[in-house]
Amino acid sequence: MTRSLSSAEDPLRPGSHSEGSPPITSIPDIERTSEPPRLHVAPRFRELLAHREVLVNLVRKELKVKYTASVLGAVWSLLNPVVFLAVFSFVVKVLGNLIPDFPVFLLSGLLAWNFLSSALQAGSRSVIDNANLVKKVAFPREILPLSAIGVALFDFVLQSAVLLLFIGVSGHGFHLPELWLYPLAIAVLIVFATAITFWVSAMNVRYRDVGHLLNLALLVWFWFTPIVYQGWLVQQKLATVTILGVDAWTLYLLNPATVIVLGFQRALYAIVVLGPGKDPILPLLSLQRQAGMLLAELGVSIVLLLLAWRSFFDRSGDFAEEL
Amino acid sequence: MTTAIRIEGISKVFRLYRERPTTLKQRLLSSHSRSEEFWALRDVSFDIADGSSLGLIGANGSGKTTLLKCIAGILRPNAGTITYRGRLAALLELGAGFHPDLTGRENVYLNASFLGLSRRETDRIYDDVVAFAELEDFMDNQVKFYSSGMLVRLGFAVAVHVDPEILLIDEVLAVGDESFQRRCLDRIRRFQSEGRTIVLVTHALDVVREVCDEAVMLDHGRVASIGGPDEVVRTLRHRLLSDDPSFIPEEGTREVEISGVAIESDGGLQDTVRSGEGFTITVDLRSDVAVHDPAVSFAVVSASTNRPVLEGKTSLLGVSVGTVDRKKRVRFRIPPAPWESGGYFVTVGLDSPDGRFYHVQTQHYPLTVPDADHLLMPLEVQPTVEIEDL
Repeated sequence: MTRSLSSAEDPLRPGSHSEGSPPITSIPDIERTSEPPRLHVAPRFRELLAHREVLVNLVRKELKVKYTASVLGAVWSLLNPVVFLAVFSFVVKVLGNLIPDFPVFLLSGLLAWNFLSSALQAGSRSVIDNANLVKKVAFPREILPLSAIGVALFDFVLQSAVLLLFIGVSGHGFHLPELWLYPLAIAVLIVFATAITFWVSAMNVRYRDVGHLLNLALLVWFWFTPIVYQGWLVQQKLATVTILGVDAWTLYLLNPATVIVLGFQRALYAIVVLGPGKDPILPLLSLQRQAGMLLAELGVSIVLLLLAWRSFFDRSGDFAEEL
Repeated sequence: MTTAIRIEGISKVFRLYRERPTTLKQRLLSSHSRSEEFWALRDVSFDIADGSSLGLIGANGSGKTTLLKCIAGILRPNAGTITYRGRLAALLELGAGFHPDLTGRENVYLNASFLGLSRRETDRIYDDVVAFAELEDFMDNQVKFYSSGMLVRLGFAVAVHVDPEILLIDEVLAVGDESFQRRCLDRIRRFQSEGRTIVLVTHALDVVREVCDEAVMLDHGRVASIGGPDEVVRTLRHRLLSDDPSFIPEEGTREVEISGVAIESDGGLQDTVRSGEGFTITVDLRSDVAVHDPAVSFAVVSASTNRPVLEGKTSLLGVSVGTVDRKKRVRFRIPPAPWESGGYFVTVGLDSPDGRFYHVQTQHYPLTVPDADHLLMPLEVQPTVEIEDL
């Protein structure tokens, strides 16, 4: 019978493991069930934790691909803010400027923005660019947008280190009560960026123009956010304007990126008014108010994250088919 | 016998777009009704026993790859659950899960992490993986420079070295050179002997019959047949042939009928003939009334080309079967010949001297020729016949 060829009377060392190597110890002898059709946050989170090695490998892969065939590698990431600082320090010296320590002002907001925009742009492509993995390997698909966040975070940390060093040595110095906003602003930034990244990455699988739309939206969004201009100017201009009975400045503050960027500027740049008789630079907001806005946005972002995660999860079951 | 994989009520529906909207504009301009549902799998349930090797077969579009992807966790079923125990490794198509910009070494680590291995665990199997794939000189090259054979070798090497309890394989063995294919099959046999579970999706029905001890046939997303590989393969073959309107699996007046057919090689194997070996086709006849001189014929048909490679008929061989009253046995002796390895099916027929069919069983009996030399076609051998009253 043909079957006898394949049955247990195989002459090859029965019961032996792969060629001379010892058996791998961590055989997960647990029962595993296929994914449920709906997201259950706690078990899914444990599943993601169990796959952290994949996340690490994917982030490493992205960084490697990004800096592959470049001699300096990740130094390029550092060079970006260093050149910024050098150029702006020089330009400001030559031309003079209304904003003292302009490089610090600019970079404290710009680095946060760079994190957001690069996370969104890389995140929106994360599933599509890894089609060969999605179609052939099983792993929680959330890891793909998360790896985009990881890569953006890597650059953010390097660049922030440069900025913090510059603040320390340039004489601008750290300002203590304000600095407490820094960790809070970072937390809001990461949670908010993750939520939006989940959403755009899943949408982009079905509708490829999400990517193009995103680039335009980021451009408009950038100029609606007080990164290169002073927040106080906006506050001053909008103070008397009301739209549909609502104070326009309040509406302006509904932009999540504005709250985040103002938080970073307050924490690191910290100078609201340089001296008596001079115009303010940062908007006139109390520390408590800014902390409150950040906390509120953190809450909203967490809700957004759960919604975006659920939407991503629903769609991710068919990614392998749609790509 | 415990269950390795339990598949319960799995359904998977895909949305088919006549003109799929891939941009928002198209989406907004087109109505929802343009998509229709396609049930790739519908309420599929069966258990796969621990340590068994199951072949999943079916025509194109029957849902077998979708089911494999659901088991592997690549697609999420819309309904039903799949439960399994232990580590599961899947090999789907070429270069599964490799990133072209990473080197072979980095891809091994990436791939192993998908299968749940930590970096340290991967360190321990790394040398064995490379040795098995025979890619020692290429591990620091980017995978995009690999040939398809190299990709398959590396993929298979990782999958078998991560020590999976369950291995899913989809058509990958078709690529790669012959010696690698043989080593894959050896490896699969060793997996079987170690009591691991294998699920194999393939169009190569010979492989299913050779390797598997159970088979499931899917048809339009439903389980159409489940059982031993020979029966299931035959069912599928008949289903595929029945697309041809001239194909009738069994017909005839049954005045005299075929009560049994046995195929035995000179080496004593059933349904298997080694190349260069002779074999015997034994046809048992039965009739309730005396039937005078029916002609017994057979044809050996190649499963891959669907062409007869050897035919014989008692009347043409100058032998008279004589009157069949109750029982008779006809034995065709086929001398040794250089058979090409692969799958064959044997058709057996009985007809009257004036050409009426008493009983014909078309391609009913499987015959396998394992690893062989090359074939000279058609086979220039002359069968001989013996008649025996029972």
